[in-house]
Amino acid sequence: MAIKVRVVERPERTFATQIYLLEVWRGLAITFRHLFVNLFRHSMKALGVKGFLPGAVTIQYPEDPAVLGKRARTRHRLLKRDDGAPRCTACLLCETICPAKCIRITAENAPDVTVEKRAKTFDIDLGMCVFCGYCVEACPVDAIHMDANEVELSSYSRKDMIWNMPELLGDVPKLPSQVGRAVDPLKP
Amino acid sequence: MGKIVKYKLNGKDVEAPEGQLVIEAAKDAGVEIPHYCYHPALGNPGNCRMCIVEVAGAPKPQVSCRTGVREGMVVASDSEVAKRAQASALELHLVNHPLDCPVCDQSGECGLQDYYMKIGQYSSEVREDKEHKEKRIVAGPHVMLDQERCILCTRCTRFVDNVTKTHELGIFGMGHTEKIDLTPGMTLDNAYSGNVVDICPVGALTDRDFRYKVRVWYLEKTDSICTGCSRGCNISVHANTARPWHNDGKRVARLKPRMNLDVNGYWMCDDGRYGFSSLDADRLGKVLRLSPQKSEISWFAAGVELAEILKSSGDGLAVAASGMLSNEDWDAYKALFVDELNVKRHYFTSAPDQVGIEDDLLRRKDKVPNLKGAEARGLLSGDFGDLAKDLEAGKIKTLYVIERDLSKVWGDKAAGLLAKAGTTILQGPNKYALGDAFAYRLPATAYVEEEGHFTNFEGKIGAYKKALAPIGDARPDWDIFALLQKALAAGKKREVAA
Repeated sequence: MAIKVRVVERPERTFATQIYLLEVWRGLAITFRHLFVNLFRHSMKALGVKGFLPGAVTIQYPEDPAVLGKRARTRHRLLKRDDGAPRCTACLLCETICPAKCIRITAENAPDVTVEKRAKTFDIDLGMCVFCGYCVEACPVDAIHMDANEVELSSYSRKDMIWNMPELLGDVPKLPSQVGRAVDPLKP
Repeated sequence: MGKIVKYKLNGKDVEAPEGQLVIEAAKDAGVEIPHYCYHPALGNPGNCRMCIVEVAGAPKPQVSCRTGVREGMVVASDSEVAKRAQASALELHLVNHPLDCPVCDQSGECGLQDYYMKIGQYSSEVREDKEHKEKRIVAGPHVMLDQERCILCTRCTRFVDNVTKTHELGIFGMGHTEKIDLTPGMTLDNAYSGNVVDICPVGALTDRDFRYKVRVWYLEKTDSICTGCSRGCNISVHANTARPWHNDGKRVARLKPRMNLDVNGYWMCDDGRYGFSSLDADRLGKVLRLSPQKSEISWFAAGVELAEILKSSGDGLAVAASGMLSNEDWDAYKALFVDELNVKRHYFTSAPDQVGIEDDLLRRKDKVPNLKGAEARGLLSGDFGDLAKDLEAGKIKTLYVIERDLSKVWGDKAAGLLAKAGTTILQGPNKYALGDAFAYRLPATAYVEEEGHFTNFEGKIGAYKKALAPIGDARPDWDIFALLQKALAAGKKREVAA
């Protein structure tokens, strides 16, 4: 497909656009349309009349749990083989492709000769991660997924944003470090 | 050879000496013909069939590593026929290749990967299961063998047969079970074993020292000279600085030979290749005065204090250096210690601690790169035994040590002898064993942190470039000599003014 150039005309500034009142009115019309449409849909549902689309619902996050899409990219998870060993072969492709440079892997010899190589350490700094999902795409052995369905990852220190291999594998729960707790950056 | 003939390569008229191999002639003309088994130093068995080209008039495509250039010859390496032949040859190489690129250390500099991306046919028509062979064989102290990845180009066996003549590797079996293996009862432990890793076009022979340390695409490559002996092999320093958590935190990941037919050919020895582990060990980072008490001083203060000491010691000044200094360092050394201070006691001979094995391939007796540079500048070295006697007799007021580990020169006596000297100064990149016994410590850059020239034992001058940033306040040796000379001149000026 050849690249085409399309010249877009700048919209003309007329008296109607310059006084803004018309645009304000049009904006409010959209707002009120949503209000009345949703009011109507919720009323129909309350009355038990079927055949209408459901009305919009506001989720009371964080009091209520967040509802995530099925393909949402959330916190990383490392997967295991059938024998329980981590799938990761420490090929470093995810570390290479990572645009935020938040993955740090060191490799070692795997005891299994057919596997050859495995990760000694595997750290992801979620404070630096941009959740692009390239690491999942790059992985040749399907060892890393972004489907832990966790989005509440904040912590009291930058150090606590780094998840290590047992934590990413789910072997060890991620606990805030004591050092991070003791030092409150807001208190002098 | 000799007569220059004209022939056609990919539709262009090119000239080459008659009889020169087409693959070499094409390389000279800027056309790279894919190849695995051919190596300029190891001959052309023609078994990989990758360098196949179409020659007009020939009934079949020809292997360019066994075809000589003739007058009026018409060669095509990029015609449809040639490309199909090359792609088919590559397909056959990949029949039993395990394709474990993610865990393979060669990945990123692998001949199979490179040519597959360039000329591969991208859809395999092989329906057979792959033949499995032995993986992870410890071939020797430096080399790991993986028979599965091997494409049987025989470069490694030709290297151990023709270059080192030690015959540790051979081809065993036939047909699909054919494999490279160690000769029964032998290990690949010759002094040049690391070279088989370089010449292996695939990941069959990999470096044990480098194994799983860094992926090759992270490495920054800088041209340099090996400091392992006075041969001055041309090398390439592969450093990993962007991702310091790899390679156990060490900055230099590996050294590779760089082709220079006048000096080292294509090879380097294992002593040089793996001799960089002490590079970052116990580095001097700060200018220190250690007596009467340890304190950090500036380069300026060190210059003023040392200029005073050097000037006042007169004949009692002895300089113990080593052949690690570059030509530029020797120039500055001469200007300071010979022309300015008129020092009579210079000690930089490689004996007794910097001598080692010599052979007729590359290794030389002197295990430092640049004694010739000092010789070329008319500097003469005394014997370290005499220096020990002078120290014993209390004749040495000031001992200036440059890049030399005296504990290796004198053994256990070194600490005692050092204590006999009035003032002791250590200048160099590393602390060595006796680093704490000196009165002054001046940090100098290691050879990978500076640029300069070494003169090898034949008088050939080679340039090395800066691969890494200096550690701490380290300066090149010539810069330190220049600083002292400047301080001396300033001192003189003050005297005149007073």
